[in-house]
Parts: sequence; C-alpha cells; structure tokens
Amino acid sequence: MNKKKRKGIGTHYAKWGYICILPFIIGYLLFSLGPLIMTIGNSFFINYRDGLTQIGPIFNGLGNYVKLLKNADIWKYLLNTIILWLMGFVPQITLSLLLANWFADPQMRLKGSGFFKTVIYMPNLIMASAFAALFFGLFAAWGPINGLLMQLHLTQEPFLFFSHIWSTRGLIAFLSFLMWFGNTTLLLLAGIMNIDVSLYEAAQVDGASSVNIFWKITLPILRPILIYVAITSLIGGLQLFDVPQIMTSGTGNPSRSCTTMVMFLNNHLFSKNYGVAGAVSVLMFLVTGAFSLIVYFTTRKAKE
Amino acid sequence: MREKHGLNVKKRRMIAYVLLIAIAVICLFWLYILVVNATRTDAEMKRGFTMIPAGNLWVNWKNLLESPLPVIRSMCNSLIVSTFASVFSIYFAALAAYGFHMYEFRGKHVLMTFVLMIMMVPTQVNTLGYLQLVNRMNLADTFLSLILPRLAVPVTFYYVKQYLESMSLQSLVEAARIDGAGEMHIFHRMIVPLIRPALAVQIIFEFVASWNNYFLPALLLHSDDKKTLPIIIGLLRSANFVDQDEGQIYVCIAFAILPVVVIYLLLSKMIIQGLTAGGDKG
Repeated sequence: MNKKKRKGIGTHYAKWGYICILPFIIGYLLFSLGPLIMTIGNSFFINYRDGLTQIGPIFNGLGNYVKLLKNADIWKYLLNTIILWLMGFVPQITLSLLLANWFADPQMRLKGSGFFKTVIYMPNLIMASAFAALFFGLFAAWGPINGLLMQLHLTQEPFLFFSHIWSTRGLIAFLSFLMWFGNTTLLLLAGIMNIDVSLYEAAQVDGASSVNIFWKITLPILRPILIYVAITSLIGGLQLFDVPQIMTSGTGNPSRSCTTMVMFLNNHLFSKNYGVAGAVSVLMFLVTGAFSLIVYFTTRKAKE
Repeated sequence: MREKHGLNVKKRRMIAYVLLIAIAVICLFWLYILVVNATRTDAEMKRGFTMIPAGNLWVNWKNLLESPLPVIRSMCNSLIVSTFASVFSIYFAALAAYGFHMYEFRGKHVLMTFVLMIMMVPTQVNTLGYLQLVNRMNLADTFLSLILPRLAVPVTFYYVKQYLESMSLQSLVEAARIDGAGEMHIFHRMIVPLIRPALAVQIIFEFVASWNNYFLPALLLHSDDKKTLPIIIGLLRSANFVDQDEGQIYVCIAFAILPVVVIYLLLSKMIIQGLTAGGDKG
C-alpha cells in the first residue's frame, strides 16, 4: 500500500525527474556518446594526411582493423602497456593490503595513522606530467640521483637510466606505484573496516594468529573489493600516457619499449591519421568496455 | 606475512612503524629534493648534489618569468578551465543524481544502468570524434572545448548518488513540499547544503583532474596564450625555451605541483574521510 502511494506521488513529480537529469544526459550524448559514435564511424574509413594532401575519407570496411592487427606494432605497445601496469600493480596491491591490514587492526593501535594516510595519498593528486618531468630531471645523467650515487661511490660513471629498457620502465612503473598505492590502501581499508568485528573476536578467542586471520578471514571477505581494485587499476593502466610521454619526450624509447597504447593513439591523432586512430580507439573501447561491464556486475553482486 | 607468524603485537608494531616511516620518507623525499633544487642555480647544481637548500629561489623564478615560456599565463588559464569545469561538473552531476534518486519516471532504470555500465570507459576512446566535433563547432583552441566534456562525468554522478542513498531525505522533502517549497528550491536550498561534504570532496577531485589534465589540452590548444600548465611542463624538456637551465625547470615544476599539495594538506582530513566513506559503499 505504501509503495502504491509513493508511486502516485512519484508520477506526479516525474516531470521534475526529467528536468533534473536532462542537462547531464544531453551533455553526455553530445560530448561523450556522440563523439564515440563518430570515432567508430571514422574507423571504417581511409582518412589521413600525407604531407599537405588529405587522403580520403574513402570507405574501407574493416581494412583499418586488418592493417592494424597484422602489424606487429600494436601488439608490442599493448604488451608494453601491460608490462608497465603489472610492474606497478603487483607491488602496489601487496603493500596496500599490508598497510590497510595494519591500519585496521585494533590490536596494533598505530599512532599517527592519520599522518601516514595523508602522506601516502598525496602523490595521487600530483600532476602526473610534472611528476614525470621531475623524475626525468632527478634521474638524468648529471641529475641529483646520479650525483648521490657517485658521492657514495656506488658508481664511478653516471648511470644512464633513460638509455636502458628496464630502468626506464622501472621508473615509469615506480611513479604509477607511488601515485596509486595510497588510493588503493584507503579503498581496501574501507573494505576491511566493514568486516564484522565479531568475526575477528571469535577467531581470536579460538587462538588464531594474526597471519591466520588475514589469510582465512580478511582476504576471502575482501575478494570482491580486490577484484574491483584490480580491474579498475587495469583500466587505468591501459590509459597510461602522461608519465611515459613526458619521461621519454614522446618517443617511448629506448627502442619504443615504453610506448603505450594511448601514446600510439596520441601519435595518430596528432598526425591527423584518423582512420587508424579510429580503429585503435575502438579496440581500446571494446577492451575497457568489457572490463567496465565486469566491474558493474561484480559491484552489483557484492551489494546483493 | 608468513615470517611474522607468531610474533607478538609489540614486534609487529615495531615492524609496522619502520616500514611506514620508510614509505613516508619515499613519498616526501622527492618533494624535498624539488624544493632544494628550486633554490639552487644551474651552475650550483652542476657542481654536485646536496640536500641543503641555497638562496636562489628568487633568481630562478625571475629567470623563468623572463623566459619565453608563458608560465603565469598558463597558470591563469589552468585556473580558469579547472574552476569552470569543476563547478559545472559537480552541479550537473549532483542535479542528475538527485533526479534519479528522488523521482520516479519512465526509462529511469534503463538510463541508470546505462550510465553505470559505461562509467569506467576512458574518455580517450572518444577523443577522435570529439576533436572533429570541436572543429565543426569552431571551438578549436578555446577553453570551452575543455569544459564541455566535463558537463557529464559519470563517476562524479555515481559518487553523489551513493551519498544520497546513504541519507533518508524522503520525509524532509515531503515536509518542505507541504510548506509549499518548489522542487528546484528544495534542491538548491535544502539538498545542496545537506550533501555539502560529498560535493566538497568531488569538487576537489574534479578541479585536480582538470588541473592535471594533459592529453586533451595538448591536442586541443594550439596558441601559446591559451596553453595550460601541463602543456608548459611538457615543453620544458623539448624546446629551447629555457636553455636547459635546470634551476628554471625545477622552479616551474614546483610551481605546478605545490599549489595542489598545499590545498591538499589544508583539506586532507576531509578528503581522506570522504574517500573512505565513498569506498565502503563501492
């Protein structure tokens, strides 16, 4: 009965519902969904600049996709992106789990946890491009880090961080790690705080050690949040652009080992190579869209 | 974790403190070096590394202002774009969230599901179409072209919606209606003040997102007097703008990073609380 009554009032006010959501929906249709459809459209046409001459648009069916997927480049850049993500994510999730567990543990009674939370979250808000420019300077051949290493006699000659594949990748991944582990820690902490305290108390009464409680109680209950964190981090990782772009001055070098998917897309957008850029965009849309659906269904399931 | 099996609380606490302090040092060390280097001239830095600040911050700053790099201009540009983008973004997201939360209307659930499903799709994938749209509307090289896509940010919408769901507004709103208040009046005068904590956190995130954005502005803004701060940062190393004067480069980076750090430190309590509150519902 109550429901019926509320629905009656609701229909009376339906007009206001539309008015409230209209600007948002129109904004979304015009400036996000519309452009997405235009992007998809572009992917089926030959359309690029050759010097000053514009070639196309000529309908090409799936030609752009075939050309793109047959070329080894896109696979290389996809692999680069995933390697860079993994190098940042694995240490990040490990450390975040450990820290969140400590912050949440009432037995530990950590002093200054407010200070530590503030400090670890801070890098998340720093301008990624400025962060990358800073690290580029710090790790340059004659930069402070090399100066420090030489003063400590750890090395005789400056180490060229940006001339070796794994040190460049390492620095990019380290920055991603630094920017995101605080955020992940807070997310996991919120999840752990939601776990019923009586579960822990019962386990402690039964004499379970803190390690056992972590593996047998905390981790299984956190699983939906861990999946959420992993997938959103992967979606974020696929968008990696600012840091490698600035750190490698847009080249992705050494030997394009740090060129990411979005850097590849950016290069095509800059040179007005719209056919291929469209195909790259659509492939990225399909992948991130699929992951996005997984997030949608896991969070819904977790709520029920 | 395994090796700590059986350790008592005291020892675990010790390990936790040591690791936490080490991590805090890692988080703050580079910021300190940035400040130190911003106070040293290029010549001083070439002589070797030191942790002690020198007194040449002003010299570097003056050199930077005299360089052809439009630093002050770009900061004003960033400020304009970020302010408008964040205010509009929050307002329309909050209005839409309220609309979805408070009213029943046809198509509501389909629209809601759609918004949540595409929430995570990155904006980079529709950038190509957006560039063409901007060109067709003659908006290339304008700030407006950076603000328009922020009119509908699904993540902000989702966060405000979650916040609304955690409150019981129904009876309050109905009481206001009986008193004769109009629907928009209720939203602006009653709901907005009530959800201010959520709006404050989201406006900071939106502001910072615009402030830090590099991808879209670099593709959209061409003329020097329109460029935003991240684009200038991107140019630091590439062009001959500053003759590779490291002192100027560090001052410029500090100039881009420190305002956000200061705002963050002033509001950190609210931000951290807002984050953990948002997380437990996500």
